Amino acid sequence: MEAHPCCNALFTHTQFQDGALRHTITVQDVEDIAFGGAVLGTGGGGDPYVGKLMAQRAIELHGSPQMISVEDVPDDEYIMCAAGIGAPTVLIEKILRGDEAETVFRALEAQLGRKAYAVMAAEAGGVNGTIPIAVAATLKLPLVDADLIGRAFPEIQLAIPTLHGIAATPMVVADEKGNHAVLSTISNHWTELIARSMTAAMGGQILSALYTMTGRQAKYATVPRTQSLCLRIGQTLREARHGKGNTLHALLAVTGGTHLFRGKILDLDRKTEKGHVRGVVTIQGLDEFRGETVAIDFQNENLIARSGERVLAAVPDLITILDQDTSYPITTEGLKYGLRVNVIGIPCYEQWRTPEGLALGGPQHFGYDTPYQPLAVKGAQ
Amino acid sequence: MAHRLGIDVGGTHTDAVILDEENRLIAKTKARTTADVSSGIEEALTHILAMPHVDAAKVRYAMLGTTHCTNAIAERKSLAPVSAIRLGAPATLSIPPLYSWPQDLQKKVLRHSFILDGGHEFDGREITTIKAEQIDQLVRDLTGNVEAIAITSVFSPVNAEHEERLRERLVSEFGSEIPLTVSHEIGSIGLLERENATVLNSALIRTALLAFNGFRDAMRRQQLDAQLFLSQNDGTLMSVEYAQRYPILTIASGPSNSLRGGAFLSGLKNAIVVDVGGTTTDVGVLVAGFPRESALAVDIGGVRTSFRMPDLISIGLGGGSIVRQSEEGMTIGPDSLGYRLTSEAIVFGGSTLTTTDIAVSAGRAQIGDSNLLPAEVHTISHDADALIQQMVERCIDGMKLSADPVPVVLVGGGSVLVSDQLAGASEVYRPEHFDVANAIGVAIAPISAQIDRVFSYERFSREAALEEAKGQAIEKAWQAGALKDSIEIVELEELAMAYMPGQATRIKVKAAGVLLTS
Repeated sequence: MEAHPCCNALFTHTQFQDGALRHTITVQDVEDIAFGGAVLGTGGGGDPYVGKLMAQRAIELHGSPQMISVEDVPDDEYIMCAAGIGAPTVLIEKILRGDEAETVFRALEAQLGRKAYAVMAAEAGGVNGTIPIAVAATLKLPLVDADLIGRAFPEIQLAIPTLHGIAATPMVVADEKGNHAVLSTISNHWTELIARSMTAAMGGQILSALYTMTGRQAKYATVPRTQSLCLRIGQTLREARHGKGNTLHALLAVTGGTHLFRGKILDLDRKTEKGHVRGVVTIQGLDEFRGETVAIDFQNENLIARSGERVLAAVPDLITILDQDTSYPITTEGLKYGLRVNVIGIPCYEQWRTPEGLALGGPQHFGYDTPYQPLAVKGAQ
Repeated sequence: MAHRLGIDVGGTHTDAVILDEENRLIAKTKARTTADVSSGIEEALTHILAMPHVDAAKVRYAMLGTTHCTNAIAERKSLAPVSAIRLGAPATLSIPPLYSWPQDLQKKVLRHSFILDGGHEFDGREITTIKAEQIDQLVRDLTGNVEAIAITSVFSPVNAEHEERLRERLVSEFGSEIPLTVSHEIGSIGLLERENATVLNSALIRTALLAFNGFRDAMRRQQLDAQLFLSQNDGTLMSVEYAQRYPILTIASGPSNSLRGGAFLSGLKNAIVVDVGGTTTDVGVLVAGFPRESALAVDIGGVRTSFRMPDLISIGLGGGSIVRQSEEGMTIGPDSLGYRLTSEAIVFGGSTLTTTDIAVSAGRAQIGDSNLLPAEVHTISHDADALIQQMVERCIDGMKLSADPVPVVLVGGGSVLVSDQLAGASEVYRPEHFDVANAIGVAIAPISAQIDRVFSYERFSREAALEEAKGQAIEKAWQAGALKDSIEIVELEELAMAYMPGQATRIKVKAAGVLLTS
C-alpha cells in the first residue's frame, strides 16, 4: 500500500468497540491501555507498570473516569494535559504520592481563572499513557481520547501543539513533598530546559499540568483516538494470548504496523550523552531474516532502524522491539544481549510527516543526517 | 578428604550424587519426588549413603537444591503473616504494599501494612527524616501482634540508613529471633518488586528454617556431619545460614543446575546445553561458565519480583512425548506419558506411540523390547526422528549468539532421542552421568554475591566507582563462603540514568568463587 500523509488509518477511528462515543475505563481497561502504551512507547517513555497500578488504585478509590472523544469537548471549554516528567529509573523506585494531580490542576486553574473540563494525556506512549487515567479518576474529570504526540518523545516541545503555536505554559509542576511551581516561558523549548532542571531539584520525578487548550484547538492540535488505540492493542494482544493466537500478527493488524525484522540481540552499546541514554542495539536475523543484521539507534526511544545502509524505519515513525515469545514490548533499558525479538514499525501521526512536523521531531532533531522515509500506511483493523 | 553430596529436587525425581575431592562421581541415585519434598530428599539421602564405595564420614559438604519455598508460595501454605513497613511517605502513598498481589496470597501473607515518613532520593538525600513518634506508634501497633517483618525504604539500594535504623529499633523491641528482612539486602532498584520479594522472604523464613533443620536432622540420623549449602536461582550456592535469612533466593534454582551440570560434565565454559526430560526439553546457554539470564522479570506465585531466571527455550519434547500421525502431518508432544512411559509405550508392551519408541526404531536407543514395534512404526520412524532433531535444532539456533557452530551438551534422561549430528553444533557432547546432571550441577556450583548501586560519576570518577562496586561484590562473595583468591567478577553492567545530572549511573556487579574447602 502506498504511503500517503493524509490517510493514516490508525488515527481515524471514530467510535469505541461497542459503538458508544463514551467509554467507562475499568481496572481491566487500564491493564490493556498500559500494554498499548508500552507498544507506543517505542522503547522509551518509562515502563507503564507503575502508572498502571496508580490508575487501578485511583479507580478503586475514586471510581472509573469516562473516556470521551475530542469532538465531545465543547469548543470553549478547557482541556489540561497531565504528564509525569523525570527519569523512568526514579519513578520505578520513588512512586508518586497520589494527590500531586490535585495540586497541579488546582494551581493551574487558579492561574488561568478557568476550570478544567477534561484531562488529556500529553504522551500516549510509556508510563505517561496511564498516569492521566489516575489523574482523571482522582479529579473526577473525563479523560479525552487523544494525546499530543501519538508515541513517546523525550522533550516537552516535541508535541503537535508546538506546530500550531500553542504554548505548554502556564505549566505547574509538583513533587510528592508538597512543593509546586508555576512556570511561564517564552517558548516550548524554554519550557523543556527549565522544567528539566526543576525535575532534578525536586527529586527526579514530578507531575505536571501543561498544554492547556480549548476544545476548539484540541480538534486540530492533538493526535486523536490514542487512548482507545492503546486499549484495542492491549485487548487484542490479551485475546491472542488467551486463544493461543499469533500475537505478532494480531499486533500488526491492530496498529497497521509492519514487521521489520526478527532476530536475537548480538550487541548492545549504551552510553549517556547530553543527559539522555543513547545507544545502538545490533540484532542478528533469524528464520526468514537469516543472514541479515539490523542496527537500531536509540535515545531513550528507538529512533532509526537500519539494515546496512538501508533505512527500515526512522523517527517520528514508531519502532518497537518485542519479545519474540510473548510480544511484550521491551524498553531500551530492558534490552539485553541474547534476547530473541521481533522489530515492528508503526506509521506516526500524519502531522508529524509534514515539513514542519519533521523539522520538529524528525531524524535531524536527534542528530541524524538520514532523510526521513515514511513507513507504509496500512489499514488498521 | 572432603567429598560432596549434591541433591536436586525435580518435578518427578529427586536426584542425589556424591563427588570426591577431585569432583569424580562416586555414587548416584534417583528417588520419586514427594508432595512434602522432605521425605523424598531423605529417601535419596538414605539410599545414596547406603551405596557401595560411599563413606559418609568423608562427605563434608552437602549441597541442596530444593523446592520447599517455591511450593510454599505456589500452594499458599506454610507462609507467615507479615507486617510490611515502607519508609518513603509522602512519596509512594499512591500504591500501598502488596497492592498487585493475587487476593488469596495477599490474604495469607499480609498482616499489616504501614507507609511511614523516610526514604531517600536517587542521589542519597533524605526525602524526609524518620519521625520518632511514628516509630513509637508503629511499635505499639505491632506489640503482641507481629510474627514477621519486612522493611522497605525508598532508594535503599542507594542509601540503606533508614532501613538499618528501623531494623535496629524493631530487633530491640521484638528480639532477634523474629523473622525480619530489609529490602536492600534482597533486591535492586524497583521499589515494588523489591518490596514484594522482601515480604515473601519474611513469610518464608520460618518454613525454610524448619525444612533446613529437617534436612540437618536427616543428615544426623545418617551420621552425616557435613556443612550445608543451598542452591539459588542464579545457579550459585549460599551457606545455610545465609539461606535461612534469604530463603526467597532458593526459588527457581532447578534450570540453572542442569546448565551448570552440563558445563561441568563436558568441561566447557561456553556451550549450549540441551536438557531432555520426560516431558520437556530446556535449552539454555552457558557464557563463561554461567547460565545466560533472561531479560524478563520473574513472577513468583503471581507476584512480580526483580529476580532473574536463566534464559531458556522450553518445548514439549521429552522421552515420553506422544507421537501422532494425521492428515495435516506428524506431531510430537506437547503431551507426554510422563512416568507412565514404562507401562504404556509400545516398547514396554503398551499401545501409545512415543518418542522413545521412535528412538528405539531408529536405532538410537535400546530400551524395552524392540520386537514389540509394528511395521507401521518402522515406516514412519525415519520422518519422526528427523522431526525430533529439527525441533532440537530450532531451539539451538534460537539460543546461539552467532552463526558460527557452537558446542552442544546433551543431558537428561530423554537425551537418548537426540542425534550426535545436529545442525549448528560444532560438536555434540554426551557426557557420562548425563542423567544426574542437575544434582552434579548443585554439587559443584560456585559461591556468589551481587551488588547494585547508583553512583554519581561527578563525585566518583568512573574508575573509582567501578573499583568500589567490584570491591563490595568481592567482599560479599567472601562473606557468603567463597575462597577469597578464587573470587572473580563474573558480571558487570553500567546503566546511565536518563535526565539525571551528575552522571548518575547504576552499576551491577556479580562476583563468584569456588567453595572454600579447607
